[in-house]
Amino acid sequence: MSDPVPEELLDVTVTVNDVPRHARVPARRLLSDFLRHDVGLTGTHVGCEHGVCGACTVLLDGAPVRACLMFAVTAQAHRITTVEGLGTVEAMGPVQQAFTECHGLQCGFCTPGFLTTVTAYLEDHPHPTPDEAREAISGNLCRCTGYQNIVKSVLRAAEIRAAAGPGAGSGATGDAAADAAGGSAP
Amino acid sequence: MTTQMFGAPIRRREDPRLVTGGGRYLDDLGKGALAAAFVRSPHAHAKVVDIDVTDALDVEGLVAIYTHEDLPGRVGEPLPLLIPHPALTHGRTQHALARGEVNHVGEPVVMVVARDRYLAEDACARIRVDYEPLPPVVGIEAARAAELLVHEDVPGNVAAHMLQEVGDVEAALAAAPHVLELDLAIERSASMPLEGKGVYARWDADRDELRIYSSTQTSTGVRAAVAAKLGMPLAKVECIAPDVGGGFGVKINHPWPEEVLVPWVAKTLGTEVKWVEDRREHFISSAHERGQLHQVRVGFDDDGRLLALDVRFWHDNGAYTPYGIIVPIITSTQLLGPYKPASYRCEFWSLYTNTVLVTPYRGAGRPQGCFAMERTMDAIADELGLDRTEVRSRNFILPEDMPYDHGLLFQDGRPLKYDSGDFPATLDKLKALVGWDDFAGYRDRARAEGRRVGLGIGCYVEGTGVGPYEGGHIQVETSGRVNVSTGLTSQGQGHETAFAQVVAQELGVPIEDVFVTTGDTRRMPYAVGTFASRAAVMSGNAIALAARQVRAKALRIAADALEVSADDLEIVDGVVRVKGAPDSSMSLGTVSVMSNPLRYAFDEAAKAATQFAGSNDPDKPPVADDDEPGLEGRDFYSPTQATFANGMHAAVVETDPVTAEIRILRYCVVHDCGPMINPMIVEGQVHGGVAQGVGGALYERMVYDESGQLLNASFMDFLMPYASEVPHIETDHLETPSPLNPLGIKGAGEAGCIPVSAVIASAISDAEGFAITSMPISPVELWELRRRHDAGDIPSLRHHDATTRKHR
Repeated sequence: MSDPVPEELLDVTVTVNDVPRHARVPARRLLSDFLRHDVGLTGTHVGCEHGVCGACTVLLDGAPVRACLMFAVTAQAHRITTVEGLGTVEAMGPVQQAFTECHGLQCGFCTPGFLTTVTAYLEDHPHPTPDEAREAISGNLCRCTGYQNIVKSVLRAAEIRAAAGPGAGSGATGDAAADAAGGSAP
Repeated sequence: MTTQMFGAPIRRREDPRLVTGGGRYLDDLGKGALAAAFVRSPHAHAKVVDIDVTDALDVEGLVAIYTHEDLPGRVGEPLPLLIPHPALTHGRTQHALARGEVNHVGEPVVMVVARDRYLAEDACARIRVDYEPLPPVVGIEAARAAELLVHEDVPGNVAAHMLQEVGDVEAALAAAPHVLELDLAIERSASMPLEGKGVYARWDADRDELRIYSSTQTSTGVRAAVAAKLGMPLAKVECIAPDVGGGFGVKINHPWPEEVLVPWVAKTLGTEVKWVEDRREHFISSAHERGQLHQVRVGFDDDGRLLALDVRFWHDNGAYTPYGIIVPIITSTQLLGPYKPASYRCEFWSLYTNTVLVTPYRGAGRPQGCFAMERTMDAIADELGLDRTEVRSRNFILPEDMPYDHGLLFQDGRPLKYDSGDFPATLDKLKALVGWDDFAGYRDRARAEGRRVGLGIGCYVEGTGVGPYEGGHIQVETSGRVNVSTGLTSQGQGHETAFAQVVAQELGVPIEDVFVTTGDTRRMPYAVGTFASRAAVMSGNAIALAARQVRAKALRIAADALEVSADDLEIVDGVVRVKGAPDSSMSLGTVSVMSNPLRYAFDEAAKAATQFAGSNDPDKPPVADDDEPGLEGRDFYSPTQATFANGMHAAVVETDPVTAEIRILRYCVVHDCGPMINPMIVEGQVHGGVAQGVGGALYERMVYDESGQLLNASFMDFLMPYASEVPHIETDHLETPSPLNPLGIKGAGEAGCIPVSAVIASAISDAEGFAITSMPISPVELWELRRRHDAGDIPSLRHHDATTRKHR
């Protein structure tokens, strides 16, 4: 076997949750690993490393992508939103809030992928029916919940967004998340 | 009054953290730790002839490479056999790294440690292992035939043979008016949590101490096993289960090879090392379950009453038996469900195959047992032309029969004795929920439209909350914060919430003040683990008992201070007050201050407990001889036996007359786990269990080829259900209390998945008019069964339409 060659490192700058993030990484560095280990945002989880489970779903310029199927260098100069960008404990985004209200998670490992997926979905489909909500989450695997309460969460998130009014509730930025946080009290 | 917390469907306290990226799972820890990766066997059965690491040595960032030869002392010995049993005469466990022989694809052979995982994998790819392949044993039939052996020194591939009998089954069969024989099969599936296993170990050279984080269902188990393997004092090893991304059974087995090797190498190198299982590794080197073949002989009278039940089954335990024979023992006992056959015999053989080892997966042998029993019940109904629910009713153990002792030994080595349950009431609720008595009309209408629909049913009883014990520790800080710890771990069951509810209720404090820690050996070193639907029963009761201690102590201290009798006090919203005179009161935080006599005032409130602060009795010590400082309580709950939950499910399915596609139109669950601490969480457990059951019934199977390669070791090929495959689940509950524990509760974790294969098989049989005897079932298989049925190879049901129609 040939001698291994030290890896060339490349400069990558990606805007993650509205903050420019830079690292020098090998070309093969996965976006998921870049976010988790280089940027230190561990909310994005890796469940299968081959794009099936959807746990690693992040938003690339607002659209859901599998972070385990993309190289960090491919995301150069793009805008990424991770679960950390959807809101905080003090100011949850509407989808985050709905999941906590509806018991839409159990172990929480797949949840970040659902939250990002649903956030993007509701941007385009603000008033889903139950069947549409189920269809919308049918590309993500959850082993705990049986999905029923996730469907419920999607519908509830749509309600919260609607109550927060137009322009609020995408959860894609900290401001939007803060705006939407008043949507529902316990 | 303090808000009623026990029984309230409150939101989970862990969720805000988990939905904002604040969870801390195994791979979120140890930034900068060295990474371990493994070279694993590509062969199902082979001798390891030579290992050549030369090419790997130049890989940048490589730190170390280890083979079995490098493992010292006990680290190199076989892993422990966790649950010995007299019937397990030929138990075998693997070495942490293979010693000369591999017995399944995926068995670890070489460990590489490098600066990061990418580089460790690079080095693994450059290591050459020469194998001498041996013929593998794949599948139960091959294991049973025993023309080839997995382990040379295990004759017949039989790890264990066990027989339990109550009554004289042969005589009862001979005398029975009706006898049926059934062959019933269930294939392999697996727990398949979204987060695989993982372990991260930190060696503290300054203190000669080891800290282990593991994605485990038992941190005390891992701690003890690693300390023993490494020859370390227990006091120098601690283990913490961080947030765990699902378990479903597979993470109760321990120590996994990596759980020994990673701590050992961290200690050896004096640093931090982490290994996180990837998905393929999880498929080929963790554990599977479910694979069993069953033969049932049943004798019954003209009314369908069970006179004799004779079950023989063959259990595929894979290559090794670290977890003993718990799964087949559970099948052999829990198969009985809610029924009382006049005589029962169950005999099983646990067999080695050259496949991934088998440890419990949610349900743990019960889905197979339930399938065998419920298919038998349907067969009896069909034989006699009786409604399927009628046959079941006639065999139920009745509420007045409780406690009901089956005369068998259960998985905990204790009598299989049901504590409570109202099976007729459960069935009534289920029939009402699904509309059992109206189904015949629905089917007739569907038939008229050219559609095939069927109704299925399945009943089960689940022994939950097995011992030996769990503990609870509660400490009230001077701020009023209530710290609660229990040693068992959490994998998504909402323990931080449910246990806080128990404490809030028992102690009379706002739930916002209660903080629960699980699975941390620093906080509670005595614990067993999370399995067998036991967490709420075991830790819930232990924590309740501890809370009662704290309450008693708080009342005693406050009674002294307020100069009243403790009987006149109550605790409401964290304040101890005189009943009827709430102005005479003190907060629990103040009680905590007073519980701990001080020399030094660390803050304003603490001044009240210092030595010149008030009057004291010079003849008494500041802490009484029989007392301890602090407002704390610790207690353990250790039951004499398990408590038995039950449930019944029904489903309506539709099968496509042309394509044989199978759709679940309705799925109904009636569930009785006693009083529910948090109904929202119980409901969620049921939903998740049913979804896994649906996977096991219609989609999931481990496809091994004849050479022992697992062909579908990815999420692309192993079909776990998405939302599009799981039906909406309709639920109803009974809450029959257990007389066995202070809270009267039973476990709920596994319930949802137990009867699903039985229910779906029952419904498909009802739709098709012939019996389904093997699960899971795909459209292709159903299509093939139809063809064989049409060709006369498979008999039609005898009284098809009668089995959902009451005889009037």
